[in-house]
Amino acid sequence: MHDDLNWAIGGEAGDGIASTGKIFAQALSRAGRHVFTSKDFASRIRGGYTAYKVRTSVDQVQSVVDRLDILIALTERTVDENLDELHENSVVIYDGDRTEFSDFEAPGEVTGLDVPLKDLAEDAGGAIMRNIVALGAVCAVADFPIENLDESLEKRFGGKGESIVENNKQAARLGAEYVEEEYADEGPRYSLETTDEDYVLLNGDEAIGMGAIAAGCRFYAGYPITPATDVMEYLTGRIEQFGGHVVQAEDELAAINMALGAARAGARSMTATSGPGIDLMSETFGLVATSETPLVVANVMRSGPSTGMPTKQEQGDLNMMLKGGHGEIPRFVLAPTSVAECFHKTVEAFNLAEKYQIPVYLTADLSMAVTERTYAPDEFDMDEVEIDRGKLVDEDEISAWQNENDQFKPHAVTADGVSPRAVPGTEGGVHMSTGLEHDELGRRTEDTDVRVEQVDKRYQKVDTAREREDFDYREFGDGDADNLVISWGSNEGTIVEALDYLGEDDPDVRVVSVPYIYPRPDLTDEVQAADQVVVVEANATGQFADIVEHDVLERVGRINKYDGVDFKADELADEITETLA
Amino acid sequence: MSSENVRFTDFKSDKQPTWCPGCGDFGTMNGMMKALAETGNSPDDTFVVAGIGCSGKIGTYMRSYALHGVHGRALPVGTGAKLANPNLEVMVAGGDGDGYSIGAGHFIHAVRRNVDITYVVMDNRIYGLTKGQASPTSRPDFETSTSPDGPKQPPVNPLALAMAAGGSFIAQSFSSDALRHQEIVEEAIEHDGFSLVNTFSPCVTFNDVDTYDYFRDSLVDLSEDDDYDRHDYDQAKDAILDADKEYMGVLYQDEDSTPYHEAHGVTENMAEIPDGAPDGATDLVREFY
Repeated sequence: MHDDLNWAIGGEAGDGIASTGKIFAQALSRAGRHVFTSKDFASRIRGGYTAYKVRTSVDQVQSVVDRLDILIALTERTVDENLDELHENSVVIYDGDRTEFSDFEAPGEVTGLDVPLKDLAEDAGGAIMRNIVALGAVCAVADFPIENLDESLEKRFGGKGESIVENNKQAARLGAEYVEEEYADEGPRYSLETTDEDYVLLNGDEAIGMGAIAAGCRFYAGYPITPATDVMEYLTGRIEQFGGHVVQAEDELAAINMALGAARAGARSMTATSGPGIDLMSETFGLVATSETPLVVANVMRSGPSTGMPTKQEQGDLNMMLKGGHGEIPRFVLAPTSVAECFHKTVEAFNLAEKYQIPVYLTADLSMAVTERTYAPDEFDMDEVEIDRGKLVDEDEISAWQNENDQFKPHAVTADGVSPRAVPGTEGGVHMSTGLEHDELGRRTEDTDVRVEQVDKRYQKVDTAREREDFDYREFGDGDADNLVISWGSNEGTIVEALDYLGEDDPDVRVVSVPYIYPRPDLTDEVQAADQVVVVEANATGQFADIVEHDVLERVGRINKYDGVDFKADELADEITETLA
Repeated sequence: MSSENVRFTDFKSDKQPTWCPGCGDFGTMNGMMKALAETGNSPDDTFVVAGIGCSGKIGTYMRSYALHGVHGRALPVGTGAKLANPNLEVMVAGGDGDGYSIGAGHFIHAVRRNVDITYVVMDNRIYGLTKGQASPTSRPDFETSTSPDGPKQPPVNPLALAMAAGGSFIAQSFSSDALRHQEIVEEAIEHDGFSLVNTFSPCVTFNDVDTYDYFRDSLVDLSEDDDYDRHDYDQAKDAILDADKEYMGVLYQDEDSTPYHEAHGVTENMAEIPDGAPDGATDLVREFY
């Protein structure tokens, strides 16, 4: 963990921060280095402050830390925003024509390198390339061969023509040469080793989108909302190549109802949204569940309530997903714990939805959705994807599920709670379904016995899933430790890295990371075996801690963060130590 | 089931409607069933979507694949079903409250999206199932339990909304004129794009103004007007915005409009997928290098 480098570019929205950061992250990934990125951004198109941060190492990295080694500061505010993270070996690259280093009031020991980014960019063919000049300067400071930038520049600008690519390559070289010549005395401050490994670099939203296509999802309807829009943007242009389609609906009400319609027609179907959209979808969610329609609803959480802090991190929707909506109806809730798990859990969500004919919430959060992370490509092995469509029946199987009047029973009461499913076009399977309480045929009823039978049948599916599926947790740290740290969703990587920061005198810790919120693993034994238990989550009230207490009938400690900023490994290590002390 | 042998009674379920005796919805539904059979559809390949209200019960009384959904969202459900399996005949039914009040937003966008579905709105100008409140198509002076002096707002003109949204098939029918209603729904089914049929479907219990007699006496059947050309946008506009008369028939049709499936190349039945990840999925991973 000590040979990691923490890099950032910051400026105003509209400065091309994200695309520049992505180019550098890709260059590192292509050079065989692991990368973990994070973004500070605001809900605005121009102005303000925005930054793209990259943590890189030859080893796996899965968290941000509270330290910045190289900073490209396009504005004064960029330095102000990051003062706490700068240290005596930090290098700040800036353009003296735009900002004076003295304006920054940076700590004295920080090295400022004035590089005429705009002028050099103009020499290469246009001022627009000033960020690329800065990347070249970074290569010189970090002893990172400039050729490593070339491939990602080709990937980014290839569509705009060969000369644009060449100009950008030249801009990078001018930046590197300038630093090498003007600041020869400084020498390279860091050294970025390269390896022969090939990594892929993707974020949680992209992993969800790729998982959906892999799982056979063919229909997506959604309404743009931060931070879930990337799922829709990923699928648009790709899902069509696999016979699918994306509809941009007029609102979230339409989105979930279109997805429901497609699912009733037999397609693997999904929508993705964030908290405000989940609120709007909750009425239809009840219909999806009571009509026993397989559907995947991805909720990429952001800070709430109401409009909240739309571009900030929070895990505040757990209660909503578990209990939201009037009446009582089972639903599954999956919370992938890493970017790669976003892929795997998406595939699983589609299978669970069809096997149990139930809506599945697949929840990520802003931090994981916009975080790009490197993996070996075989982490996403398409040959291992398995499709299970559950009790989908064809024409030959229909008669077994008809009553004496040849009417199909879509809500037949069965031992495992799962009924046969016939989609429109299947001869003999004609039936209706409804949000009204219904009988086996799907027709309205207020018969007391049938009501109880259908409610029990729907909950039987949960018991069946508990028996048949492996709803287990992931474990890290010291399995024999007296202290137990429990996490759900995206905090896993940060907690695992925090373990590295715990010293010999700090408490030993066992980490349990829970990707299944409902149905979920029973943690009674784990909690009772531990002397101290703490649940780490990004919300104010400890929604998962409440669940653990409810399940185990024992009080647990809590670490809650709800300022909108991601947990950082080093900070979290201190907090865990304090809480367990 | 071979479609040649389909009779309209095949679209009838064994459930007896609980609509009030004399309700316009009987006629509206009969015409829909006859039109479906007459256009060669079978219950196995038909998907009927309904929302909430008296109209919402139609899926129970008809025999086909059907979903009775939440209030106002029937059109998005029908849209999703049709796009997922273009081989299905998708018919969406609703009332004036379901379609023009709580579902008005979806109505506009369904029209402009131009997905090849048929939307039959049973317009009785009243909320019947909740026992008589003003609907978006109620007259400004129509006295109800929630509007003792009338709603004092102009009623929604659904045909005008559809026209403004670029509608390609805009029609109006009357449940009691069984033959014309059936003909119009048949034309709507055969139209390649989104079809609106606003069907006057009188409520005999709560609306004593917009009655069978009123519609019988006042509706002008455009099929009897040799000078009326449904393809003439300006003529259609004048008829739709006519404050003095109400019309029956296909008021406007644009047979050259591009339906959604053509514009977006959505033609496959999405229900059929392979047992594993689709061919070419590994290319998606390579993109992230």
